[in-house]
Amino acid sequence: MNSGDNRDKVTIKIPRRLYDEVKSLIADTGFSSATEFIVYVLRDIVAGGKLQKEESVDPEEMELIRKRLRALGYIK
Amino acid sequence: MIKPHGGKLINRVLGGEDKEAAIERGKRLPRISIAQETLTDLENIAQGIFSPLEGFMNQQDFQSVVNRMRLANDLPWTIPITLDVSRETADRLPPGSEVALIDPSGDLAAILYLEDKYSFDREELARQVFKTTDDKHPGVKKVYSMADVLLGGKIDLVKEQPDPYEQYNLSPQETRILFKEKGWETVVAFQTRNPVHRAHEYLQKCALEVVDGLLLHPLVGGTKSDDIPTDIRMKCYEVIIKNYYHPQRTVFSVMPVNMRYAGPREAIFHALLRKNYGCTHFIVGRDHAGVGNYYGTYDAHYIFREFEPQELAITPFFFEHAFYCKQCQGMASNKTCPHSSSDHIFLSGTKVREMLSRGEVPPKEFTRREVAEVLIEGLRQKPQQPL
Repeated sequence: MNSGDNRDKVTIKIPRRLYDEVKSLIADTGFSSATEFIVYVLRDIVAGGKLQKEESVDPEEMELIRKRLRALGYIK
Repeated sequence: MIKPHGGKLINRVLGGEDKEAAIERGKRLPRISIAQETLTDLENIAQGIFSPLEGFMNQQDFQSVVNRMRLANDLPWTIPITLDVSRETADRLPPGSEVALIDPSGDLAAILYLEDKYSFDREELARQVFKTTDDKHPGVKKVYSMADVLLGGKIDLVKEQPDPYEQYNLSPQETRILFKEKGWETVVAFQTRNPVHRAHEYLQKCALEVVDGLLLHPLVGGTKSDDIPTDIRMKCYEVIIKNYYHPQRTVFSVMPVNMRYAGPREAIFHALLRKNYGCTHFIVGRDHAGVGNYYGTYDAHYIFREFEPQELAITPFFFEHAFYCKQCQGMASNKTCPHSSSDHIFLSGTKVREMLSRGEVPPKEFTRREVAEVLIEGLRQKPQQPL
C-alpha cells in the first residue's frame, strides 16, 4: 500500500500553541515533522497500552464511601 | 462517566503514616499563617474540587490563566488560585523549601512545597479576571488587599477543617460514586449563592427533563456580607427540595468554594468544578456569578464560545430570564413567552427584601411559600442582616 495514500489518513486538529511547542521540541531531532513525531508518540501509547484506564477506587475505600452515602440517606 | 478536568481527580489529603510524618516535619519548618479564604482554597485543591490543580499557582500558570484563561499546558482555567504573602515573609523562604501552612486556630493545615515566588500586577489581574478595576467590586477589593508576593507550589493537606454542613458536603469522589450507584449517565448541576425561587426551580426542572439527574449544588464558601447567610439558605434548600423535588432524581449537596463574583470567567470555573464532581451538564442563567452591573446580562453565556466544546467537555445549558406569565399560565422565559412584560410576575431583589422585612410572603408565582417563610423567620432572627 502506498504510504502516501490519503484515503487511509484522517485529519486531527490540535491547538496551534501545542503544535508550536511540538515543533520546538523536535528541532534538531530525527523527526522531520510534527506529524511524524505525533504519530510516533501515539503509536507508542496505543501499542504499549500505557493509557491510564479510568482510575478505580480501592474496594475498601469504595465501601466506606457507600457506607457514608447510606448513612446520609443518599442511597438505600 | 465524564473524566475530571485534566483527566485525573486529585487527592492531596494525607492520611496514616504520611500524615503523622508531615505533622512531625511541620514542627521544624518555616511557618505561614493563612486566612480562612485561603484555607478554603487549600482544601478545595487537596480534595480534588480544583482538579487538575495540585497546589497554588506558579508564575507560569498564574500569568497564563490571567492572560489567556488557560493553564500553561493549555488546559482551560479561568480563575487564578493563589497564596499571597508579604515581601518580608517571602524573602525568608527559598524556592525548593517546604513551608508549614498554619490555620487560624494555630494548627498545621498543610505543607507547601515551594516552587516559586513572584510579584504580580494587581490592576491587570483585576482588569482581566473581573473586567473592572473598580474597588467597589468585591473581587477587586480583595485583589487590592492582597499581599505583594505570590507563592507557587504543590500542597499536601494535613488537617481537614470542621465542617458545619458535613451531612451535605459530598466530595467529587463521593458524587461520582453516587451518580454511578443511581445509574445516572447524564447529570445537570445548578449553582447558586441564593435561595431557590420559582424561576430557578423552573430552569432546573427544564434541564432535568433531558438528563438523568439533577445536582442542586449551592456554593457555601465565602460570600459577601450582604448575601443571604448560608445557614438561612440551607433551610430554604431543605424545605423546597422536601416539598417540590423528585427524591429519586435530585441530589442536594454543597460546594465549599469561595465566591469570586467574576461573572463570565466564574461561569466557566463553576462549570469545570462540576465536571470534577461528575456532572455532564451545567445550567448558566442570566448574569451568572455577577454582582452589580459589572457584566452584561448574558456575558456568561458568550464566554463559552471562547473554548472548543470538547475542551470543556461539560455541556452548558443556557437559560434566559424566567418568570411566571399570567397569559401562558405557567413559568416561561423570554424565549418561550410571546406576551408583554405586563403579563409577567417578577419582583426585583429590592422589592422582595421589602416584602420579607414586613413579614409579607411574595406572590406564589415568584417564590414558594415555604421558602418565603424561612426567609422571613431568618430576617426576624437576624434583623441587622440585609436580605
